[in-house]
Amino acid sequence: MDFSFATQQIIYGLTLGCLYGLLAIGYTMVYGVLRLINFAHGDLLMVSAYVAFFGIIIFSLPWPLAFVGAAVLTAMIGILIDRGAYKPIRKSPRISALITAIGVSFFLENLALVLIGGRPKSFPTPMMFNGSLTLGQLKIPVLSLWVLAVTLVLLIVVVTIIHRTRVGMAMRALSRDIETVSLMGIDENRVISFTFALGSVLAAFGGVMWCMKYPAVEPFMGVIPGLKAFVAAVLGGIGNVTGAAIGGLILGLAEVLIVAIEPDWSGYRDAIAFCIMIVILLTRPTGIMGENLPD
Amino acid sequence: MPEENPIRDRLLTGLALVFLVAFLWYADNYFGAYTQRILNNIAIFIILAVSYNLINGITGQFSLEPNAFLAVGAYTSAIFTLSPEEKIRSFIIEPMIWPLSDMSLSFPASLLLAGLVTALMALLMAIPVFRVRGDYLAIVTLGFGEVIQVVANNIIPVTNGPLGIKGLTPHTNIWWSWGICIFTVFCVVRLVNSSYGRAMKAVREDETAAQAMGINAFRIKTLAFTFSAFFEGVAGGLLAHLITTISPSLFTFMLTFNLLIIIVVGGLGSTTGAIISAILITWGGEALRIVEEPASIFGFQYEGVPGMRMVLFSVILIFVMLFARQGLMGRNEFRWLKLIAWFERLTKTGAKAK
Repeated sequence: MDFSFATQQIIYGLTLGCLYGLLAIGYTMVYGVLRLINFAHGDLLMVSAYVAFFGIIIFSLPWPLAFVGAAVLTAMIGILIDRGAYKPIRKSPRISALITAIGVSFFLENLALVLIGGRPKSFPTPMMFNGSLTLGQLKIPVLSLWVLAVTLVLLIVVVTIIHRTRVGMAMRALSRDIETVSLMGIDENRVISFTFALGSVLAAFGGVMWCMKYPAVEPFMGVIPGLKAFVAAVLGGIGNVTGAAIGGLILGLAEVLIVAIEPDWSGYRDAIAFCIMIVILLTRPTGIMGENLPD
Repeated sequence: MPEENPIRDRLLTGLALVFLVAFLWYADNYFGAYTQRILNNIAIFIILAVSYNLINGITGQFSLEPNAFLAVGAYTSAIFTLSPEEKIRSFIIEPMIWPLSDMSLSFPASLLLAGLVTALMALLMAIPVFRVRGDYLAIVTLGFGEVIQVVANNIIPVTNGPLGIKGLTPHTNIWWSWGICIFTVFCVVRLVNSSYGRAMKAVREDETAAQAMGINAFRIKTLAFTFSAFFEGVAGGLLAHLITTISPSLFTFMLTFNLLIIIVVGGLGSTTGAIISAILITWGGEALRIVEEPASIFGFQYEGVPGMRMVLFSVILIFVMLFARQGLMGRNEFRWLKLIAWFERLTKTGAKAK
């Protein structure tokens, strides 16, 4: 394996890793605040992909408008899920919330199946994301550069929101103790809605970019990326946003590089994340950047 | 108010079993193939629901593994009931690897083996997973289900890959499925009423308090998980020999989701609830096929919508979780005492009305 091949694979791995990272941040924020694995989060990827798809194909919107529309609508659906399904059972045992989350996830997938149909639709990637730059032997897809840049910008925005703004401070406080925070005169439901909206916007960006990379839109497209993104969130230390991004990158790199080194294993690609998960649970359950959570 | 009377209760249970056996005998001889198939399905789903409820409802450890364990059980028993000649005939991409290709077992032995292999799998999984908090179990078991499909698609010399294993002898009949079903219910009920079962409930209610009382929570959780895995594996073997064709795509998360609905609707933590709800939902799922077929209602032409049943099921699940979390039975179990008391009240009010 020569140097340019390795660099090439690393670029692919980083691209995939960024997409996992974007999804993982949403998981980690919701888990940090509510201690809830939001199973429906992966399906938001599918929702945003469909919104962008229909925006471009049916309403023939220019693509930037379609993408913004996808982000806004996905954020609204994220808030709606929280208000409709999770808020009524916030005080009940965690297991109930988890079951509801699975119900919501299945509802979204099958509703899409019923309304739109199961046949994969090919996503119309705008011209400016096609093609690739050639640097010596390296071929860098333009999309990869976009994905890296967008992820970096979004990560900076999210970290700034969490550490530099009032609502971010409220989010951090909520993850410590919801009851005390509401005693301090903070409307916890608004902060939680904001958390869902922020996570959903990231998932929407992830979804649109996912479709440009793998241009097949179908109702169950969010399941596997969602599952892997959760593993990434655990890998990075659940509750930690930077950790989630790093976890995503590691997972993406691991998947691409392992298959590049041993092409025979390409069939087992989807199993890698799961093995990583088992190893973390055995060695360091708190993840790379996680702190010990009180039980 | 009638009194506790273990002898009467046992007699009544025996009587009920005799009635059930008589009904099954009648069904075996006089019912059509379609109805018999639904009955077999119901038995398998009762096994699954009761054992799934043991880990999710009784022990309170939320897991999403039945599709994975069903797959392991189904493949194990299917591989061992095929005769060596049949294996040569059906493994056309790559021949089966040697020790497996010459081995062959009877149906009951293969079921037992399926259960044991699945239980071993569960034991290996429990060790990393129960070291951390419970909700990781959900993701690890969900991931395990995906991985099992990936593995089944890829280790072609063992599983025949995406083609699956075809042409199994339909060993599963009313007697096998219901016999094992009754045995499973008996074992689970005995376990739940033993000191282990009480320890499981204690872990569900408050793990820290249970540990303070000297319960080894890790061991209890592992026990419940392995125990339920055993029966899920056996059910997998039954299922494989009922539908006679298995392939990786059969064991998707959809199966687990169906079971989750069954135990939630029945009431998490109630074995009786799991049984009632398994019957209702398996039968109802068949009846609901109508919504996916074209029909005309009051002159309106209604196009059948495939997938509509799953939408309905997920709405039912969310609805039950939000508004009726107790499900049908809550955490109560069926007892003869209650039934008799209910009858007495019924006859008394009847007498008063006269």
